[in-house]
Amino acid sequence: MANLQFDLVSPERRLASVEATEVQIPGADGDMTAMADHAPTITTLRPGILTVVHSGGSDAYVVSGGFAEITATGVSVLAEQALPQAEVTQEIYDQMVEDAKSAYGRAQETFKNEPGPVDDAAKLLSDMMAIGGTIGLHAKN
Amino acid sequence: MPNLKDLKNRIASVKSTRKITKAMQMVAAAKLRRAQDAAEASRPYTERFNAVMAGLAAGSAGSEAAPKLLSGTGSDQVHLLIVMTAERGLCGGFNGNIAKLAKSHAQKLLSDGKTVKILTVGKKGRDAIKRDLGDHFVGHVDLSAVKRLGYADAQGIAKDVLGRFDATEFDIATIFFARFENVVTQHPTAQQIIPAKFETAEDAEVTLYDYEPSEEEILADLLPRGVATAIFSALLENAASEQGARMSAMDNATRNAGEMIDKLTIQYNRSRQAVITNELIEIISGAEAL
Repeated sequence: MANLQFDLVSPERRLASVEATEVQIPGADGDMTAMADHAPTITTLRPGILTVVHSGGSDAYVVSGGFAEITATGVSVLAEQALPQAEVTQEIYDQMVEDAKSAYGRAQETFKNEPGPVDDAAKLLSDMMAIGGTIGLHAKN
Repeated sequence: MPNLKDLKNRIASVKSTRKITKAMQMVAAAKLRRAQDAAEASRPYTERFNAVMAGLAAGSAGSEAAPKLLSGTGSDQVHLLIVMTAERGLCGGFNGNIAKLAKSHAQKLLSDGKTVKILTVGKKGRDAIKRDLGDHFVGHVDLSAVKRLGYADAQGIAKDVLGRFDATEFDIATIFFARFENVVTQHPTAQQIIPAKFETAEDAEVTLYDYEPSEEEILADLLPRGVATAIFSALLENAASEQGARMSAMDNATRNAGEMIDKLTIQYNRSRQAVITNELIEIISGAEAL
């Protein structure tokens, strides 16, 4: 089976650069799996788990913000925040949830009569909560 | 002629100065390595990001609905200059060069009748342009407590800048920083970040992408991130440049101190010899007089 080149970079470091067989991306409009010869696509990311399947098994990363560029031969993900799942501790997760919560609060205050930004922030928060459920951490209330 | 005691003290003091500059040089060298690594680590992100943005921007440029961050406000009356310098001195011409570039830029804008607002990042640059352009200051970002530059720092600055943009406080934003070339050369650079300019490679292969969500939405989502990315890479370049400049400045200072010590030592030895000769002459002439 044809492979594709997978790169995951955050502004601070390059997290991964491997030959992958498939990449599962948490796109803003829904999850998608990219395999070789995928149609060229650019999608923004929602906070979620990105999974890479390669010959040596699979790796999971927690990503938030940014976008993914998919071409026939490769996937590059540019995430504003990205961490290997194993590095996400309860503490870091709490911080992320806290950030989402405060963003939600701010949005509610600033845009009282505009549902758009408030809904976006609410979605961000629920996405964060969902991450916790997937990786076995719990948001404290 | 200074007496022997003075000379001796002087030599001791220059020697301790040399010790300090030598230590500072070595610290700067170690920090430079780290700063350079950080700058290099951020490069793939910035490059990819700009490549994608260039493609997106080329697609929507000229369209009526293009976001303001890309097309501008339609006016170029109010300029925001973001001057990034170091928090510390003793790094040669580093701070001075950036401040000089920003100052000449500001004066040119002022003489064209534009309004200039200045946001300073780093204490030294603020001090350098305070006297001439202090009235134009609108804000200051203090990074002296930051040990290790993170993306969050850039996001903080970007948030401030974007907030001002949304409040229509300015039309065009330019950042001033020093681009790191090597240890001895750093180029003071001015880069316009709002409205965003992306360099499109002429011969770049044009791939037609599917966009999810729509192209406009992606663009609107990514442009503010682009500001943070530009600021982050400027901060990192600046950090590397600062350490590079400090390292070469301290290297020079160490060498100068060494030369000075040599010169003073020769002078000291000569004076000592002169004193001895004098004493001998006194003894001999005293013996002859008997």
